[in-house]
Amino acid sequence: MARPSHAAVARLPEPEVAREWLATMTLIRRFEERAGEMYARAKVGGFLHLSIGEEATIVGSARALRESDYLVSTYRSHGHALVRGTPPEQVMAELFGRVDGCSRGRGGSMHMFDLGRRFMGGYGIVGGNLPIAAGIALASDYEGSDEVTLCTFGDGACNQGTFGETLNLAALWRLPVVFIVTNNQFGMGTALRRHSAVTDLRRKGEGLGVPGMRCDGMDVVDTHAALSWAVERVRTERRPVLVEAVTYRFRGHSMADPEQYRTKEEVAQWRARDPIPAFGELLVREGALDEGERERIDAEAIARVDAAVRFAESSPFPEPDSLYDDVYVLEGPLAGTYSVRTTDPEAHPEPEPDAAAQAVDGADEIPQQMSDALLLGEEATS
Amino acid sequence: MSEMRYRDALGAALREELRRDERVLLMGEDIGVFGGAFKVTAGLLEEFGERRVRDTPISENTIVGIGVGAAMRGLRPVVELMTINFSLLAFDQIVNHAAHIHYMFGGQARVPLVVRMPQGAGHQLGPTHSHCLEAMFLHVPGLLVAVPATAADAKGLLKTAIRDDNPVIFIEHESLYGVRGEVPDSDEHLVDFGRARVAREGSDVTIVGISRMALTAERAAGTLAEQHGVQAEVIDPRTLRPLDLDTILASVRKTNRCVIVEEGWPHGGVGANLAALVCEQAFDELDAPVQRVSGADVPMPYSKPLEDIAYPHEPQIVDAALAAVGLAGGAAGSG
Repeated sequence: MARPSHAAVARLPEPEVAREWLATMTLIRRFEERAGEMYARAKVGGFLHLSIGEEATIVGSARALRESDYLVSTYRSHGHALVRGTPPEQVMAELFGRVDGCSRGRGGSMHMFDLGRRFMGGYGIVGGNLPIAAGIALASDYEGSDEVTLCTFGDGACNQGTFGETLNLAALWRLPVVFIVTNNQFGMGTALRRHSAVTDLRRKGEGLGVPGMRCDGMDVVDTHAALSWAVERVRTERRPVLVEAVTYRFRGHSMADPEQYRTKEEVAQWRARDPIPAFGELLVREGALDEGERERIDAEAIARVDAAVRFAESSPFPEPDSLYDDVYVLEGPLAGTYSVRTTDPEAHPEPEPDAAAQAVDGADEIPQQMSDALLLGEEATS
Repeated sequence: MSEMRYRDALGAALREELRRDERVLLMGEDIGVFGGAFKVTAGLLEEFGERRVRDTPISENTIVGIGVGAAMRGLRPVVELMTINFSLLAFDQIVNHAAHIHYMFGGQARVPLVVRMPQGAGHQLGPTHSHCLEAMFLHVPGLLVAVPATAADAKGLLKTAIRDDNPVIFIEHESLYGVRGEVPDSDEHLVDFGRARVAREGSDVTIVGISRMALTAERAAGTLAEQHGVQAEVIDPRTLRPLDLDTILASVRKTNRCVIVEEGWPHGGVGANLAALVCEQAFDELDAPVQRVSGADVPMPYSKPLEDIAYPHEPQIVDAALAAVGLAGGAAGSG
């Protein structure tokens, strides 16, 4: 697919914009480093998938969007929440399973969400997010708006049925969605050449009616240029585009990954292309930033992450009483039993005794201390 | 009231809701030009156009997933799957996403999606097109599950489902599409979820019939009254989530006997679940063990004589009811 060559388009943005990109990439890096530490200290449970090394892909692509556009992510989604502006406090609190988390402690690392910022979620099922992104794009199209949806997924997701199904349908219905495959070279621990017959991933949409292009996912400027082109094309022509961002994750698939599927030398080679120092040095070289500012950006990110950890630690865990909240939207005229609490004898009480019988029971006359004891007893057995 | 077929009652519900609410749109395989595999959507493409009545490729998981995404953005999609067996291809989107998004994102997003599908044996469609899988959906918190047995309920429940803010699995029955019934004419004929229909009153035994089995149970109740002097109360829950357990329990408290009839498999079935709930909540009221009548515990066979005995019919329900009231040897049971 034709697009102007990198050299022609991949120019540095205005210094203020460039500094914001660097600051956001740095924030994501420092945030995830601390998240990893917190995981090692058992403050964070479950899985923790870090995107360290992929920050240029995250920031370069998300900054090609307008605030009114939508972003749909995967289970590796901390950076996508942060780049959309979700406060680090809320993202860290979510990792800590606290009530102030951006998903109120219900989702955890893999299921970040921020409706107000049009960050439409992290999804734990590889490839499961593609149809959802197409549906969000369908709604934009249906309403006649010019919003675009950016859908990210990894190279592993290209082998899921939803990849073929969704690209075909998005092309058929001319849905305004940009598919970006974050090719970090591995589907979990299986290398691209071992999981995909076609390793030129940008071409995987061609037979489905979705043209593809590639960008250097280690270079925020190139990624931004490619995605800006793709987003605007989708916005105006109402046809999906597939962009392959070639990048690398420096850390394991998750924190529980001994990384036996790749060599230290390979990781070192990619680390030498670390997108954050590379971009910082470029900005200093070009005079958009001085060394002092560069250090300040890093110090600010660290301070912000410190504050996020303090916030997360002080945020309470969700109340046990909230366990059943939001299983259903319960605003309508609906009756009946939604959730079955088999241990709860009050779920289906015997018919109410009549008023006279209640008066004889004298429930109001139970001494305060005794009713407290009864309540405690109830809690102890529930 | 008008007499109409179950399929036309569903079609009327879709037409009325499409007219009422611009956010409603339909998606599914062959629902447009073809008019629907069971002709439920016949004529809707002509009236509402391709923007709102969308033929899709054969991609069940993605069709449902697109419905989820569109619903999260405020549309009210109604997705048709050609049979309930095909819904298994969409189980990822139905369970992992439609059912869980409201909860896992802390209540921020809603998924007002309806997924319609027919189930049931009787047309010799064999082991991949004939099953009754409502128990699989019943299992999942976050889903609402409707199983209408009459034309009036088909229309009223579907309209309610479309207006509800939760994901609804709407399970129709293939053998009922041609069955006629009286349907209220009002555009506002809504049937609340979580309210059972007492199809017949009786004092001797409670028979709960799921989906088509509500009708089979009604016929069995007629036989029980005429030939055995047994007055059966027949309850059609209409929705399995939410479940009107209170109406069932009130009936059991009156009759002290309970028979549950479903077409699906016995292990982990709707009847197993309901029997457990009745035993937990009304054990002291029961004068006999809860009887279950279910489909046979086999993949649905093609051959007509085998298919016929693989799902419940009136005589098995009569036998089970007689066993419950102590008038028979208890020959009832599966298939």
